[in-house]
Amino acid sequence: MQSSPIDKPAVVETTDAFLGPKQTLASVTAKIGDIVLTPLRKTPFGWPIGFVVAAIGLLVYLYSLVVLFTVGVGIWGINIPVAWGFDIINFVWWIGIGHAGTLISAILLLFRQDWRTSINRAAEAMTIFAVACAGIYPLIHTGRPWLDYWLLPYPGTLGMWPQFRSPLEWDVFAVSTYATVSVLFWFVGLVPDLASLRDRATNIWVKRFYGLLSLGWRGGARDWNRYEMASLILAGLSTPLVLSVHSIISFDFAVSQLPGWHVTVFPPYFVAGAVYCGFAMVINLLVPIRRWYGLHSLITMKHFDLMGQVMLASGLVVAYGYVSEMFYAWYSANIYEYFMIVNRTAGPYAWSYWALIIFNIVIPQLLWFKRFRTNIPILFLISICINIGMWFERWVIVVLSLHRDFLPSSWGSYTPSVWDWTTYISSFGLFFFLFFLFVRLLPMISMFEVRDLVHKMSGKHGAAPTGPSHGGEA
Amino acid sequence: MAQIFDRRANTLVRLTLFVGVPLVLAILGGIWYLFGWSDWHRDVGVPVAQPGGGFNHQLHVGLKLDCRYCHNAVEVSSSANVPPTETCMGCHSQILTQSEKLAFVRESWETNTPIQWNRVHDLPKFVYFNHSLHVAKGVGCSTCHGNIAAMPVVAKSKALFMSWCLDCHRNPEQYVRPRDQIYNTAWTPPADQLAQGKKLVEEYRIRSADQLTNCAICHR
Repeated sequence: MQSSPIDKPAVVETTDAFLGPKQTLASVTAKIGDIVLTPLRKTPFGWPIGFVVAAIGLLVYLYSLVVLFTVGVGIWGINIPVAWGFDIINFVWWIGIGHAGTLISAILLLFRQDWRTSINRAAEAMTIFAVACAGIYPLIHTGRPWLDYWLLPYPGTLGMWPQFRSPLEWDVFAVSTYATVSVLFWFVGLVPDLASLRDRATNIWVKRFYGLLSLGWRGGARDWNRYEMASLILAGLSTPLVLSVHSIISFDFAVSQLPGWHVTVFPPYFVAGAVYCGFAMVINLLVPIRRWYGLHSLITMKHFDLMGQVMLASGLVVAYGYVSEMFYAWYSANIYEYFMIVNRTAGPYAWSYWALIIFNIVIPQLLWFKRFRTNIPILFLISICINIGMWFERWVIVVLSLHRDFLPSSWGSYTPSVWDWTTYISSFGLFFFLFFLFVRLLPMISMFEVRDLVHKMSGKHGAAPTGPSHGGEA
Repeated sequence: MAQIFDRRANTLVRLTLFVGVPLVLAILGGIWYLFGWSDWHRDVGVPVAQPGGGFNHQLHVGLKLDCRYCHNAVEVSSSANVPPTETCMGCHSQILTQSEKLAFVRESWETNTPIQWNRVHDLPKFVYFNHSLHVAKGVGCSTCHGNIAAMPVVAKSKALFMSWCLDCHRNPEQYVRPRDQIYNTAWTPPADQLAQGKKLVEEYRIRSADQLTNCAICHR
């Protein structure tokens, strides 16, 4: 496509609107739809390279899993007392990333925030792929993944139900509900766009592919009526999930008695952290995509500005969480809580606590300034810092709390093994493999919602609505 | 514009989504469920081959040999005990001393190598089971092992599902019997078993279902 660093000077950055100048209904559809319908050999060069790299990562991931299944969880660095290591850290980290997608697609829809339209599709895709990456960790950390169906309540020969009083069991339902609703919401939102692709495609097999997926969408009033109902219901279902899923994940820790876990601030603090690193990941994904595919007029500076503000707000809630943990340690007058804070700030893993503070709290304070929120390279770097910081947060919670609890005689240490690292880093392979497929096969920006935005804003910017009205042209 | 799909497409998609997919799931789930609950995959009723000619339980119980003559630890130990060759030779140094069928027993005795019997009831290693406790609390041999007196070659008579263990741990009155009937392989529950059982549960001071279904009762 026409995007490359060379034509960058021609790009007009819009900072005050959700759409660039001179957007019409037709230009929006063509811009987004053609990314998918362009033959493979004409896609931007970044795609095949990225796809192959991701596929190699996926193979490393599969190899790590095969080794894990044949040898067992002993290949990881976990042991008593640190029986939860990278597996749980990565699980919480990945699932947290997903929350931004749901927040953008559901909560911002209910609040009628127009700025979600250009980013919701990609963010929802990110949610689903992040949940997939996350869901694998608890399944494999059991050590005997072929018995994972024991987690489900089914009338089996054991003659008993799973332990419904355990938050680990609540996790099963929280995560599976989250995955189901996210996939449904995503797919329902895709249907009108799939119909547009069906109508724009020239190859009969491509037409059939999108035709089958678009469920016979015709763009009639009845179709739209049903679509609006369905998407509103699903938004209503997703909204509590943004809050509930990570609350329940925080219960995995908070319901126990371990110093550093047993804190009432955990649910809101986890949810804010999830939104925080989720938005950071959205920015990390959208910046390169926007550049490679030249989407500057659809994903504008105003989007980045607003996402920066959301990150700043949720980051401050997270900072409040850190402060309140310190406060509890002092105010409770509990020696174990107090020692937990001393151990975090001055113990053998103190470097990771201070890394967390720097990446998660200090650096993101730059987001107070619009100058940095609208500076793409700096915003991108801040987002990477937040993702690293949020990973360290889970590391601090999991490892630093476990390795020194009550009795000094049962203290220990934790060092991740090579396989811990490969199963973590190569899970990006799975994530990006899916994401590259998504970018290639599905419209990464909601075409009909942006067309709707063009229509709404046509008065302000004088863009003439000349293209076909939204929906299929069939 | 030409049609992409022909008339049948809608019906086909609906059939697939609403009939085909549920049907396939139901069939796979059904197979998995029935297989999981089947006695067949737990080898119930399949006689386990033993070294030599094996030990004929039918014959020996028919001769009024008490279970405890060979399984002598059943009242005092978690393991009922599989007897050593010496126990066999206690009788067979006097009886049937030249029998061909007992050649492997004599050989074991002469060479001082134990006979390697094959285990029939193989509980997983993470299950703690104590014979002496069950016998003391009124669980007879035949409740779990079936009528051994009718088995020339012993086979499992129960699939040993955990739900089967829990069935008794939840309601022991269904199965407990008077202490003098423990080793009676032909014992059948009386008509008023539940009433009798309730009395025995009290008499034996069998603990409540709450305690008996605690994970740590069996998984230690």
